[in-house]
Amino acid sequence: MTGIQVWFSDFCDLFEKCFIREERYKLLLSGIGVTIKVSLLAVIIGILIGMLIAMCNLSKRKLPRAIGGIYTDIIRGTPSVTQLMIIYFVIFATVNLDKWIIAAIAFGVNSGAYVSEIIRGGILSVDHGQTEAGRSLGLNAFQTMTRIVIPQAVKNIFPALCNEFIVLIKETAIVGYVGLMDIQKAGDFIKSATFEAFMPLVGTAVIYYVLIKILTLSLRQVEKHLRKSDAR
Amino acid sequence: MIKVKNLHKKFGDLTVLDGIDEHITQGEVVVVIGPSGSGKSTFLRCLNLLEKATDGEIYVDDQLINAPKVNVNHVRQKMGMVFQQFNLFPHLTIMDNITLAPVLLKKMTKAEAVKRGQELLERVNLSEKADAYPAQLSGGQKQRVAIARALAMNPEIMLFDEPTSALDPEMVGEVLDVMKDLAKSGMTMVIVTHEMGFAREVASRVLFIDQGKVMESGTPEEVFNNPKNERTQLFLSKVL
Repeated sequence: MTGIQVWFSDFCDLFEKCFIREERYKLLLSGIGVTIKVSLLAVIIGILIGMLIAMCNLSKRKLPRAIGGIYTDIIRGTPSVTQLMIIYFVIFATVNLDKWIIAAIAFGVNSGAYVSEIIRGGILSVDHGQTEAGRSLGLNAFQTMTRIVIPQAVKNIFPALCNEFIVLIKETAIVGYVGLMDIQKAGDFIKSATFEAFMPLVGTAVIYYVLIKILTLSLRQVEKHLRKSDAR
Repeated sequence: MIKVKNLHKKFGDLTVLDGIDEHITQGEVVVVIGPSGSGKSTFLRCLNLLEKATDGEIYVDDQLINAPKVNVNHVRQKMGMVFQQFNLFPHLTIMDNITLAPVLLKKMTKAEAVKRGQELLERVNLSEKADAYPAQLSGGQKQRVAIARALAMNPEIMLFDEPTSALDPEMVGEVLDVMKDLAKSGMTMVIVTHEMGFAREVASRVLFIDQGKVMESGTPEEVFNNPKNERTQLFLSKVL
């Protein structure tokens, strides 16, 4: 056998040991499910909190601005693992909710702070003349915001939001800290069970990479659709 | 139709409007001229409450509009506004730009609004652009759409804030033509502009504003051929 054949056969054995034997791939598959579940719910919570905090920060009144400022300040100033553990072991300690939902809330709370800044920037990036045009037609402030400013802001902030979601998905790799079996934790588990480091860890990386690649490509299609009105 | 009494506007310590009294009647075409920074745009913007008057009273159809509790959205629905920078909504097609407000404010059904939109686009000679987006239009075309959009609300008064100042010279004419037609149809109009030829031709009255005050008011003949105020004379000597 040539060197390459030997290497290939070793690789296949290793692959079989780490992923096929004892149906270990099932761990990873359910891990993918957990990661996707947590990320999706977190993204939704993050956008909702982000919009709320952005509105606070854009408010003319002092109290909402202070609340928004403190929120962003605390979230940005502490590590997300710490936030996750505080939310899981302290705030929701006595609440009977599924683990993954609590984790999603934690990531949503974290992401909201960053999303709020993205949204705020996006709204400010829309020319004030747009608001004036809307109001001069007799639309009220809310109608002007939802029908004129936000649709344009969404287009402007879309790339930054996508980036935030990708960061969020990768961030969820710390849910193992509160005992959830996501992709990272599954890989880690296989590593301990097989005493192999290379295959489980690289496998984990590949799964994350593919997930994010799929997401990136689909979001790019959405963005193309959003940019329809830019055609000249 | 519009009565302005003792209108004052200050931005911080800067007095922009310093006591304006004006009465604009139905069907009048009032052209406001004056040096830049004189307050003429601010005057126009006070009329539809885009700027809040510091002091004074503005009546539209005998309703005091700059009082607390007035529904500003209702007041603005009576007044169409055309901006220097067009301010079309870039994310909407031309037709959607025109129909958005009447449909959203339940003035018309979608079908009625589209029909009205087609009429208006015909009127400004842009029927073929209904499905285009603003980015695909020239400046002159954008401004004509902006006029159509304002007219879609069937306003009683049209306000124009330097509608041709952001246009390339060869496009000024097409916009002024639309405005002339509108004036002929009997629309009450208040126009801030630097187009003196247009003012002379179309205005039923010319206001010269400087330093936040109406310095002179009269027919175009009176103001252009026989300015009484020294500042008007000085201004006209520079621009004519």
